[in-house]
Amino acid sequence: MYVAVKGGEKAIEAAHGWLAEERRGDPGVAELSVAQIRGQMSLAVGRVMAEGSLYDSDLAALAIKQARGDLIEAIFLIRAYRTTLPRFGASLPVETGAMRCDRRISAVFKDAPGGQVLGPTFDYTHRLLDFALAAEGEAPEAARVAAAEKAMPHIMGYLDREGLMEREAEGVGVPPDMTREPMELPADRALRLQALARGDEGFLLGLAYSTQRGYARNHAFVAELRIGAVAVEMEIPELGFAIELGEVVLTECETVNQFTGSKTEPPQFTRGYGLVFGQTERKAIAMALVDRALRWRELGEEDQGAPAQDEEFVLMHCDNIQATGFLEHIKLPHYVDFQSELELVRRLRREAGDRREAAE
Amino acid sequence: MSEYNFAYLDEQTKRMIRRAILKALAIPGYQVPFASREMPMPYGWGTGGVQVSAACLMPEDTFKVIDQGADDTTNAVSIRKFFEKTAGVATTEETARASVIQTRHRIPETPLGEDQILVYQVPIPEPLRFLEPSEVETRKMHALEEYGLMHVKLYEDISRHGAIATAYAYPVKVAGRYVMDPSPIPKFDNPKLGDCPAIQLFGAGREQRIYALPPWTAVVSLDFEDHPFEASKAAADCALCGAGDSYLDEVIVDDEGGRMFVCSDTDYCRARRAAGHVGAQGAPEGVA
Repeated sequence: MYVAVKGGEKAIEAAHGWLAEERRGDPGVAELSVAQIRGQMSLAVGRVMAEGSLYDSDLAALAIKQARGDLIEAIFLIRAYRTTLPRFGASLPVETGAMRCDRRISAVFKDAPGGQVLGPTFDYTHRLLDFALAAEGEAPEAARVAAAEKAMPHIMGYLDREGLMEREAEGVGVPPDMTREPMELPADRALRLQALARGDEGFLLGLAYSTQRGYARNHAFVAELRIGAVAVEMEIPELGFAIELGEVVLTECETVNQFTGSKTEPPQFTRGYGLVFGQTERKAIAMALVDRALRWRELGEEDQGAPAQDEEFVLMHCDNIQATGFLEHIKLPHYVDFQSELELVRRLRREAGDRREAAE
Repeated sequence: MSEYNFAYLDEQTKRMIRRAILKALAIPGYQVPFASREMPMPYGWGTGGVQVSAACLMPEDTFKVIDQGADDTTNAVSIRKFFEKTAGVATTEETARASVIQTRHRIPETPLGEDQILVYQVPIPEPLRFLEPSEVETRKMHALEEYGLMHVKLYEDISRHGAIATAYAYPVKVAGRYVMDPSPIPKFDNPKLGDCPAIQLFGAGREQRIYALPPWTAVVSLDFEDHPFEASKAAADCALCGAGDSYLDEVIVDDEGGRMFVCSDTDYCRARRAAGHVGAQGAPEGVA
């Protein structure tokens, strides 16, 4: 005799218990602390803050721990927490020109006021596994020099001054908030940049790479890449002036791209822009390339039908929380739908068989 | 759970969702964009339905959740627990006792009444999506009532297979105007959509859309005069309760291709067995 399958509730509880045990791993090995993750997995923390759209390194580190190192799962935890927070206002635009830079490089000028600062980069490391790290070692200490108290203006400003760069239109008032309004297309650039800033790093990397390989190719020079802390200020109506709330670490990438000009406009360079929470330079560069590719219409370029030019394609698919949820939902039971397909296919096959017999 | 507002969402968010629901009820079958929130369960797992339920639930409500017709499937259990925890509402497995029912992929067999709300979880709200991937284009097609493409697709099915090859998420026309996706319910359930005394609400979280069928709305499954719509199910009776009028799940019972058919609506099957109906392989309730 058959008794219908029951016990979903018990199964879920047991799965959660097992998950908690697996997350902890071998109890004979010391447990990771949130502070360790925050301090020693800081690039993962940056990615979780950026794509989770919440600047809080402690929560990001906690999410990474809870997610067993699955960064998309950690981003999901942060997003779900973020929606419960009240939104009490908007900050003033951050002044990235006044960033306290840890890293600032330009690929278009050999030197510029403020200089090139490599900062803590993997760029020129040889990717050889460092077996010494497997043993517990001393804390390495970098050589120190006193920071020069000189300004690091945006490199783009020098091209701007000559009129070589396209003029950036002034933004109109308060930018849209994609977490409070449904996405409506066509989207303006502010909304596109907002979506890209929290978009999946891997997806943007692939899209940006595709533009480099010819799918809406537009060669990008990195005019400047800078990483560092900027102050966040907010106007308090009761006070009548802005006060500093704190600071955030950002990665900003500005690219210079070719533009042939038109009958009415002399040749000029155009811009792509990337700005991301944390030290996340791969994402910031990819974002700048995708931003530039999406601007084909306003710049009067040809629609080449490339994925990176298709605003709807990019914006509707760049969010990894939406994507992973929908992808993984196919694990859920679908036996009602499948049953209806089974019936249909069996019937169609039967009818096709009858027709064949009748023909013979 | 005191850290969260009643039914999890804050009142401002609920107000925004209620406005979208009211608009949806005013324009039956029209997909209303709404600012879907990130929920603590994944997109694609019922976040749209959960948000609509959260906006509808009142403390005095009795809530039922089904997935594939069953109250005890894992995701139904998970959503029911979520609202037990965040709203503290009474829950039930009995269709007739519930005031709000959230469902995935089925309409209960027991006819719904005027004091009930049925909330559907919707993965892809756009019935034209698989014919035209761009949202900008499909919105235009709905605005212009340009549904020729859909009829061409159904016609091509007939010319290729001799029948319309859509078994679930079968498109319907609502109140003579909008073509609507009824969510992936089997087409067996389509006739229950129209002239229903209950309010039917459809929530698509990831796609940020809400749409609705007000009570007693005319809903027509698309078809052709010479190929009329046909609600179909497995040609069998439920092995447990003997029902011949309910949608059946096929269960593989051994490794020699043996199978049996049982009601997909677990509450319907349970109630029938409790009333003494016995199928070919069933035992009366309480004995099994």
